[in-house]
Amino acid sequence: MSERRTLRGLGVSPGSTAGPVRRMAGLIRLPDPTVVPPDDRAAELEKAEHALRETSDTLTALAAKAAEPTAREILEAQSLIAADPGLRDSVEENTGAGMDAAHAIAAACAHHRRALLAAGGYFAERAADLDDIGNRAVAAALGLPMPGVPDPGHPFVLVAEDLSPADTATLDPEAVLALVTEKGGPTSHTAILARARGLPAVVACPGAAMLDDGEAVAVDGALGEIRTGVGQDEAAAIRQRAARERDRLRASGGPGRTADGHPVKLLLNIGSAADLESGFSAEGVGLFRTEFLFLDRREAPGLDEQIAAYEAVFRALPGGRVIVRTLDAGTDKPLPFLNLPEEINPALGIRGLRVDRLRPGVLDTQLDAIVAAARSTGVRPWVMAPMVTTAAEAAAFARKAGARGITDVGAMVEVPAAALQASRLLAELGFLSIGTNDLSQYTCAADRQHGDLADLLDPWQPALLRLVAECAAAGERAGKPVGVCGEAAADPLLAVVLVGLGVTSLSMSAPSIPAVRESLARHTLEECRAAAGAALEAGDPAEARRSARSGSD
Amino acid sequence: MPERTVVIASRTGLHARPAKIFVEAAARQTTPVRIRVGDGEPVPANSILAVLALGATQGTRVTLDADGPGADAALDALADLLSRDLDAG
Repeated sequence: MSERRTLRGLGVSPGSTAGPVRRMAGLIRLPDPTVVPPDDRAAELEKAEHALRETSDTLTALAAKAAEPTAREILEAQSLIAADPGLRDSVEENTGAGMDAAHAIAAACAHHRRALLAAGGYFAERAADLDDIGNRAVAAALGLPMPGVPDPGHPFVLVAEDLSPADTATLDPEAVLALVTEKGGPTSHTAILARARGLPAVVACPGAAMLDDGEAVAVDGALGEIRTGVGQDEAAAIRQRAARERDRLRASGGPGRTADGHPVKLLLNIGSAADLESGFSAEGVGLFRTEFLFLDRREAPGLDEQIAAYEAVFRALPGGRVIVRTLDAGTDKPLPFLNLPEEINPALGIRGLRVDRLRPGVLDTQLDAIVAAARSTGVRPWVMAPMVTTAAEAAAFARKAGARGITDVGAMVEVPAAALQASRLLAELGFLSIGTNDLSQYTCAADRQHGDLADLLDPWQPALLRLVAECAAAGERAGKPVGVCGEAAADPLLAVVLVGLGVTSLSMSAPSIPAVRESLARHTLEECRAAAGAALEAGDPAEARRSARSGSD
Repeated sequence: MPERTVVIASRTGLHARPAKIFVEAAARQTTPVRIRVGDGEPVPANSILAVLALGATQGTRVTLDADGPGADAALDALADLLSRDLDAG
């Protein structure tokens, strides 16, 4: 246990910490089924009922401890499902037919899961809850520890194969020091949650499978390193240093600028007005994702409801500046009311602005609502469309928005074709905003959620940086702003490179802003350009990082 | 058998919070209550899984039925719940 090793993964949320490992149990594997003799079937039913009760009680206890209302509601609903009389009846039917308790539970959950999927829409989303409940109850029936986020009663480094949304909803930020997962990529759910909460995180770290419960480790979420064999004193010292660093960064403020005063706007990525209450100082909103309003809906939200939601954000804005992104949904992020045909390859299908080809009313209503909210609040929002691919699409969107009186119209650059044609796009538009997560996916032809391809999704891939450079150069020639709103903007060293490439604003989740502000303030524009030049010439991400670091020193 | 037909008022339909409130209230009744959509198969109102699988959204017309002592009071209480927006507050 005291052996010192260094494991490497992908650092996706900066910060350092140290503490004991707690592993999260993954999916329970069912043993081979047995046929229970008739005399023992009543006892098997009793065992299954006990397992469901234990699951329901555990979920109720977790709900009572949940800090966030959303997490509490998810857990309460799950507890109710575990106690459902219909689920119990199905279990009884199965044990009556000779199934053992664990298989009876698994089969009952599968049966009800199908019924929910058949109901469609947001009812189908509850199907995932049944997986979680089934996994817990099967564990209980087999006498195994209850899966889910552990609660050892002291702070710990959570190690898991991967984390589900339900797992992350129950994370107690006071108890969890850092997240380490074997799978996942830089844009996975785990990574986004960790950055939003300011938790250090390393994903795509296959070596994490070897970490034992209780083993003390140090985690560096910027470098993507996990060190084992850390002593208690050393761990305490690392935590203290990290706490001081956090306090110092939190106190920082003011506009973003390089050491020699070149301004770079530091903006927030938000999903709703609630994200503006973080207390971190920023110069506006660089990416307002409007999807939240459309999720969980069988019918599109009406004009008035949209106006109210946009007004709430516009009123709460820091700096009075906001870039609204129109609905980014499609076959990859399905919404029931869009009722889009299924596709074999959703990432390359009807998504973002392309939805307008099939369901034109949705974008029209959204633009009307943005204009109405702008009028009533006196805010002048910039508006951009996701997944713009050609200059013709950019021109059509600009006409649609311009006809309503929106003066600042732009596009997200997520498709390599758009980046290569950046000058042509800027002839039609007022600004560009580069979404590095999707641009990585399309540039390196690697699915954003694919854990085994995480290295291809590294935002330091020189090919991705070249496309960013193309956009930034086009912006400089046209005298129009080009920002980055992907998670790449949150990496303090990469931020230096992006500014060196000519990017004019960086938009990220709130906790990432202080470290980026500080990093820019340490470098002159000339040093940023040197770092950018060095990164562009690199052969791979690791070399790009190394050469950017030495180039900027 | 006493019945009540009512239109779902909650914005999210009989889902999430509204479904939970309704199912818990049904479980508290002394008489078993069933719920159905249109001419569909009635399902136990105290089963969250069965209620969710109805797929009832805002504006869906559902019918409650119950038989036995206290049936009318139970139906009135549950119908009243469904006719209110349980997402509010």
